[in-house]
Amino acid sequence: MLKETIYTLDAPFRANMNIYGYTFGNGDKSACVVGPTRGNEVQQLYVCSQLIKTLAQIEKNGHILNNHEILVIPCVNNFSVNVEKRFWALDKTDINRMFPGNPLGETTERIANAVFEKTKGYNYGIQFASFHTPGDFIPHVRMMETGHQNTSLANLFGLPYVLTRKPEPFDTTTLNYNWQMNETNAFSVYTSATDQIDEPSARQAVSSILRFLTRMGIIKYNCHNGFIASVIEEETLLPIRADVSGIYRRLKNPGDEVQFGDTLAEVIDPLEGEVISQILAPSDGIIFFAHTKPLVIQNCVVYQLIKRLHE
Amino acid sequence: MIKDVISVGLPVAESMDIKKNRLLPLTLTGKEKRICIVTGIHGDELEGQFVCYELIRKINANIQCLNGIVDVYPYVNPLGMESITRRIPTFDLDMNRNFPGNEEGDMAECVAATIIDDILGCDLCIDLHASNIFIREIPQVRISQDNLNTLLPYSKLLNVDFVWVNDSVTILKSSLVHSLNSLGVPSLAVEMGVGMRLTKEYGMQLVDGLFNVMKELGIWTGEVPPIRKPIVSTDGQVEMIHAEASGIFVPAISHWKGICKGDCVGDIIDPLTGTVKEQIIAPCSGTVFTLREYPVVYTGSLIARILGGTGLC
Repeated sequence: MLKETIYTLDAPFRANMNIYGYTFGNGDKSACVVGPTRGNEVQQLYVCSQLIKTLAQIEKNGHILNNHEILVIPCVNNFSVNVEKRFWALDKTDINRMFPGNPLGETTERIANAVFEKTKGYNYGIQFASFHTPGDFIPHVRMMETGHQNTSLANLFGLPYVLTRKPEPFDTTTLNYNWQMNETNAFSVYTSATDQIDEPSARQAVSSILRFLTRMGIIKYNCHNGFIASVIEEETLLPIRADVSGIYRRLKNPGDEVQFGDTLAEVIDPLEGEVISQILAPSDGIIFFAHTKPLVIQNCVVYQLIKRLHE
Repeated sequence: MIKDVISVGLPVAESMDIKKNRLLPLTLTGKEKRICIVTGIHGDELEGQFVCYELIRKINANIQCLNGIVDVYPYVNPLGMESITRRIPTFDLDMNRNFPGNEEGDMAECVAATIIDDILGCDLCIDLHASNIFIREIPQVRISQDNLNTLLPYSKLLNVDFVWVNDSVTILKSSLVHSLNSLGVPSLAVEMGVGMRLTKEYGMQLVDGLFNVMKELGIWTGEVPPIRKPIVSTDGQVEMIHAEASGIFVPAISHWKGICKGDCVGDIIDPLTGTVKEQIIAPCSGTVFTLREYPVVYTGSLIARILGGTGLC
């Protein structure tokens, strides 16, 4: 394992921010893994740390296969993690909206550029990301439909779902999109949690990366075969919305199978305590995404449902 | 006539109401032209508040000169403005990356779609911005190259100092003006001043420009003062200056003044060691139309923009 500093930013009032990269094996640029670009992605940080720990052991055992190099950048945004801010603390910019970056541009463009230049050229790029709407997901691999995506490869992670998404204009500045545009097979792995640690899904995420690296012939590691993923297009997910604002009581979790008419959640009058709305399942299916906040605003998507799918 | 554009219930005994003030002529013919003035997309930008006030006040004082419809939307992100938050609170989304929105979407998307729907059909829309808390801008219109022919004539009527033909973030896809232009509504983004502050002289300057453009459209028949001719960025090359050190920026120049190549723009100092970490030197001669206002800088922070070729050096 080689630990190196990929980028250093000096700060007016704090110690330098160093972005570290950990390299395992040597040879062809086979796979890179990038952790949190946002300060609240603690689960993603934890997953990367566990991955580095495991890869170090795999390397020690001589199980990184010949002529393969793996790079892991466990944290891109140490500064925001340390002050518990989601975005870059000074100007609230989002590093994952700055790719491919600019070496002569704004601060977060320079950070993005340093990470992109270091990770460019790997065959496979894997990012642990979070969604802009807070909530819990079924663990899945997410890809953008750029014309370069390969869902068959995404299936090799062995996670239960692969989700494809048509890129919106704002997606074109993400790391995933820019990797794909530079001929890296790019995947974003979503676990159940973001700003808190969920051990089971963290273990599942680490296993999914090791499974993928094994199947691509990069490492030797015996692990369970995982799932044969269901591939879903994001636009086929059925959004379920709250019709009123209030205190939110969630009754179902990601992965739960529901029947048409099941009560999924209740909205409670915040002053008088009465249930003012029941949110019912509009179709049979499996919950893919669930809102987690204790309050809800009318029209907010509280669930996304995979229609007519059974366990 | 004050109207609710949209009202969204909030969790605890409150609703978020986006309002507009529709100013109508004394006699309606049904053939009036309509202009929309929008501001407050970013909750930390307040310069537009004075513009709305002064515009409405002056129209009402001479309502007999109004010959068209003026819709004023002073705060389309009311929760952001109340909480000094640039983005939409609770969603943590930049409203100006959320257009054209979606009527069936969540609150932010639905609000964006409703605003677009309310504006559609007007003859001109002007979206007022106030930079951010970090940099001060002289009154300027920003337009994209794609819409240059349509929008440049309107831009020259607005009494701004500068027209910047540039694909900046204010006019990027997903912004209000880009969405409206795509839907056939000529729309301009105005930037002026600095976030969380109000610059009265800039406001007065722009109000004169608004009356001038309304007169050109036939919406206003009253007298308007002479307006200034803006510099257009295609007249010269815009040079950006970024900090190459982190620290406290102390400017050595004034905003909207000429500068010569080699002049000192300012120093980035270290308050702990009492040393200068970087002396920033002008890379070209020209006029400084953007200048750092917030002193704390990181490597990469924008310090100034200079329009080259416009100075007296």
